[in-house]
Amino acid sequence: MNTEEPGKEERTKKLDLNRHEMPKQPPEVRRRNFSEVALGYTPDLAVSEAKRCMQCKKPKCVSGCPVEIDIPGFISFVNKGDFAGGIKKLKEKNCLPAVSGRVCPQEIQCESQCILKNKKAEIAVGRIERFLADWEAAQGEVEMPSRAKPTGKRVAVVGSGPAGITVAGDLVLLGHEVTVFEALHKAGGVLTYGIPEFRLPKSVVAREVDYVRRLGVDVVTDFVVGKTRSVDELLETYDAIFVGTGAGLPWFMNIPGENMNGVYSANEYLTRMNLMSGYLFPASATPVKKHARVAVVGGGNVAMDSARTALRMGAEEVYIVYRRSHAELPARLEESENAEEEGVIFKTLTLPVRYMGDENGWVREMECLRMELGEPDASGRRAPVEVKDSNFRTPVDAVVCAIGNSPNPLIPSTTSGLQVTRRGTLVADAGTGKTTRDRIWAGGDIVTGAATVILAMGAGRKAARSIHAFLS
Amino acid sequence: MNKVIERRMIVPNLHLLTLEAPDVARKVRPGQFVIVRPHDEGERIPLSVADWDAGKGTVSTVFMEVGASTSKLALLEPGEAIPTCVGPLGNPTEIANFGTVLCIGGCYGIGSIYPVCRELKKAGNRVLTVMEARSSYLLYWQKELAAASSRLFTVTRDGSLGAKGHVGRIIDFIKEQPKIPDRVIVNGCTFLMARVSEIMGTLGIPTLVNLNPIMIDGTGMCGVCRVTVAGHTRFACVDGPEFSGHDVDWKEFLARRKAYMEEEVLFTRRSAPVGAIHREGKCQS
Repeated sequence: MNTEEPGKEERTKKLDLNRHEMPKQPPEVRRRNFSEVALGYTPDLAVSEAKRCMQCKKPKCVSGCPVEIDIPGFISFVNKGDFAGGIKKLKEKNCLPAVSGRVCPQEIQCESQCILKNKKAEIAVGRIERFLADWEAAQGEVEMPSRAKPTGKRVAVVGSGPAGITVAGDLVLLGHEVTVFEALHKAGGVLTYGIPEFRLPKSVVAREVDYVRRLGVDVVTDFVVGKTRSVDELLETYDAIFVGTGAGLPWFMNIPGENMNGVYSANEYLTRMNLMSGYLFPASATPVKKHARVAVVGGGNVAMDSARTALRMGAEEVYIVYRRSHAELPARLEESENAEEEGVIFKTLTLPVRYMGDENGWVREMECLRMELGEPDASGRRAPVEVKDSNFRTPVDAVVCAIGNSPNPLIPSTTSGLQVTRRGTLVADAGTGKTTRDRIWAGGDIVTGAATVILAMGAGRKAARSIHAFLS
Repeated sequence: MNKVIERRMIVPNLHLLTLEAPDVARKVRPGQFVIVRPHDEGERIPLSVADWDAGKGTVSTVFMEVGASTSKLALLEPGEAIPTCVGPLGNPTEIANFGTVLCIGGCYGIGSIYPVCRELKKAGNRVLTVMEARSSYLLYWQKELAAASSRLFTVTRDGSLGAKGHVGRIIDFIKEQPKIPDRVIVNGCTFLMARVSEIMGTLGIPTLVNLNPIMIDGTGMCGVCRVTVAGHTRFACVDGPEFSGHDVDWKEFLARRKAYMEEEVLFTRRSAPVGAIHREGKCQS
C-alpha cells in the first residue's frame, strides 16, 4: 500500500483547494509607481496556505526544485507557526530565499509538480518562501550560522550575481577566505542592474549581499577581472577561482536604424533606471528621456520588466512587439499578466524590420511585418513566418531591444585554457562546475547562456561543493 | 574609494584630475580609459587616461566640464575621495615601431595623446605631434609633449600660437616632412577626429581615432556606446575605443554623443548656483 496517499475519501475531506492569492497593488495605482507590485503574505495567509500542504512522504515538489529545497520540511514549520524554524530549514539549501521567493518561475518548477496541481490548487511555495525571508528580515537581527575553522585557503569569485553570491556564502562558511570581485559599483549582478525595483526591491538584494559580507566575504566593487587583473594573475594569490560573470552582452537585430537615439538595449534601459536610479531624474544625476510611445521588442521577462518600467516613467503607450503569438511568450505568465493589467499593449505576431528617425537622429517610427505561425522549429514552438507585403508603420519615440544576451566574453577572451562553446558559453562540468582549466570553476549564465536566478544559484552550490573538496 | 591627489583647472574648462588608483596604475596602457563616479548616486563617466605613475599608484585624466557629473568632479579638492575609479578599460593603442607616426591631440585629447607619443617614441618611432586649440591659452603640456615627440607642431584657430587656422593646416606640416607618416592617431573632440580622418583619407594614411561615446558600464553590457564601423555595429568600450577613422559613421556617432545634451543643460541650470557658471573663467563656448 502506498503510505503517502491517504484513502481517497479521507483525502478529499482534508483537501483545501483554496490557493491563497497574494495581495498586490491595484494595476491603476502601481502602473505609475516603482514600489513593489506584490505585497507578500501576512502571517495568517502564510499559515493557512501552509496548512493546505499534504506533506507528501515522497514530495514531487522537491524534485522540481533546482536546488532541492526541503519544501514540505519548511512548510511544516510554517504550518505550526514556527517561522524561525521554517527559515532555518529553507536556508539549509537556499541562501537567497527573499530573491528566489520573488523571481523564481515556481509555476514550472516546484509548484508544477505539486500533487494538488491537477486540482488547479498547487501550494504557493514561492509565496511562503518569500514570506519567511521577509519575516526574518523584519525581526532585525538575522541569526548568523557558525563558520568552520579557517582553512587558510583563498578563493576568488568573479561576479556578484546569484551564482557568485551563493558560492561565496557556501565557501566562507566552510572556513575558506573568499573575495568577490564585481565590475560595477554595486554588488548583486542582474539582481541589481536588471530586475526592476517593483519586482525585486533593491533593499532586498542589498540585504542578501550584506548577509554574505557579514559572514566574512570580502566584496570588492569597481574591479573588472580581465582588465584590472587577469584570471592568471589572480591564480597567483588564490587557490581557486569561480567565474560567474553572467550573460551580459546584449543582442541587437541588426536592422536599419537600430543605432539611432532612442533605441536602447534592455540592459541599457534597465541599468539606467535601476543601477543608476534614473527613475529619480532630475533628483538623481542620471539623465533620462521622457518617452511617450515606447516599443519593447521581445517577449521574455526582461521585455516585461522594460515595458512596465516605461509605463512607470510616464509613457502614454507601451507596446510589447513579439514575433510569435501570445501563447509562445517566454515570460512568466504572472509577469505578462501583470503587464497586461497595467496597460501594456501586446502586438504579437509582429516583427520589426527597420526604424525611421528625424533629422537629429532620434527614432520616430518603426516599420514592422505581420507574422503567422508555421511548423514547429528547433525550440519546439511554432516558427513565426513572415506574411508577404504586410509591412506597416507605427509611430514610436523609443525602442527597447529585449531579445536576449550572450555570455560576456571578457573572461574567456583574456584567459588561456578555458574552452568556449560556439555560443560563447564556458565549458564546465554540469555536476561540479569544473572548467577545462585547473583550479577554475564556472556557473550560472556564463555556462548555460541566459537562464534563471535559481539555476545560477544551483550551479553555484554545486561548484562550492566541488571547490571545497578540491581545497580539503 | 579613490583619493584625490590633485585637481586643478589647467586651461579654461579643462581640469587635470589625479587619483589614487594603484590597481589601475599597475595595468593601464596608452589609449585606455577609466570610469569614474563623482559621488554615490552619480553618473558613470568614462575618461581617457592622460598619465599614470605605477610606483605611486596614481592615474591622471584631463576632462572637460560639461554636465552635472563633470561639474561635481571639477569641484574636487586634494584629500577628498570619490567612490569609483574603475579600469583600465578598453583596448590599448597598439605600440610598435611603425616608422613615422603622426599623433594629433585637441581639447582633453592633448592629455590623452601624451602617453601615446611617449610610448611610440620609446618603441623607436619618429613621433610627429600636433596640438590643436582655438587659441594659445587653451593649450597645455607643451613641454611634456615636446619631450615625448620628435617634432611638435601647433595649430590655433586665431593664430595666437603656431600655424593659424583649422586642422586642415596639418597638411602643410605633413608636406614639410621628408616622408609622409605611416599612420595617424587622433584623440580629441568628434569634429577634430572626423575632420582629420577625412583629410588623411585623401592622403591615403591609415588613421586611428579614440572614440569617446556615452557609456554606462564600460564592459560590453549596455551597448549605449555602439558605433557603426565599416557597416558593422561595434561597442566602443570593448571593441574599441580605437577604430579606423575612415570607417566610422561620424554623423551617427555625433548624434549619439549629443543624446543627453538637453538633460545636461536642464541639470546645469537647476543645480548650478548663480555665479558658479562662470567660475574660474569657464564657459568658453
